[in-house]
Amino acid sequence: MNPDFSGPDAWIDLVSAVFMVVGALMSLGAAIGLLRFPDLLSRMHAATKPQVLGLFLLLAAIGLQMRTWWVWPVLVVAWIFQLLTVPVSAHMVGRAGYRTKHLHRELLTADELEAVVQKAAAEAALEDSPDDGR
Amino acid sequence: MMDVVLAVTAVIFSLAAAGAILRIARGPSLLDRVLAADVLLAILGGALCIDMAVNRHLNNLMLVVAISIIGFIGSVTVARFVADRRVKPNES
Repeated sequence: MNPDFSGPDAWIDLVSAVFMVVGALMSLGAAIGLLRFPDLLSRMHAATKPQVLGLFLLLAAIGLQMRTWWVWPVLVVAWIFQLLTVPVSAHMVGRAGYRTKHLHRELLTADELEAVVQKAAAEAALEDSPDDGR
Repeated sequence: MMDVVLAVTAVIFSLAAAGAILRIARGPSLLDRVLAADVLLAILGGALCIDMAVNRHLNNLMLVVAISIIGFIGSVTVARFVADRRVKPNES
């Protein structure tokens, strides 16, 4: 319990320990955000913390603890795939949440989807109307 | 030092998983539950990473890679089939 800090070994241990604790705190922050935020979109903001930054810190801790070079490409692959797939699910969940109106509209500062939805609804109404001359 | 880190992260991950499970049980909509399940999957992957880093083995590394590749399929599938079931007032 009293490591000697003369060599690099103990410093690498210390850095990876800090990474692990901070990466775990990201998960706790996501859970607190899930419980306390008012609607779906703000909960989605909290949920991305352990998925990106938390996973990065924990993978970096693995790389520091193993002390080999060949493990780093595998860790980078895991993180890159996480970066590729997390926006897909966030996009689908956010779009479904917007369409089923699981959001507090007064909390939004900008709603760029509103105009698109209005335009699509107007075009659909124009095509569906029976007396448009066709 | 690693024993202390393991204990601290175990407590933190337990609290985080409890919060996510509470949101799954309580969530007002299906999408809230899907989002909380995604967070629970991220917590599981993080716990696997902590196990590997503390005990210095790589047995779970392929599992973490697989989680990061195919973990999004569940929430995408559920979100794809969520529909607005409320009857619109101007239809029939």
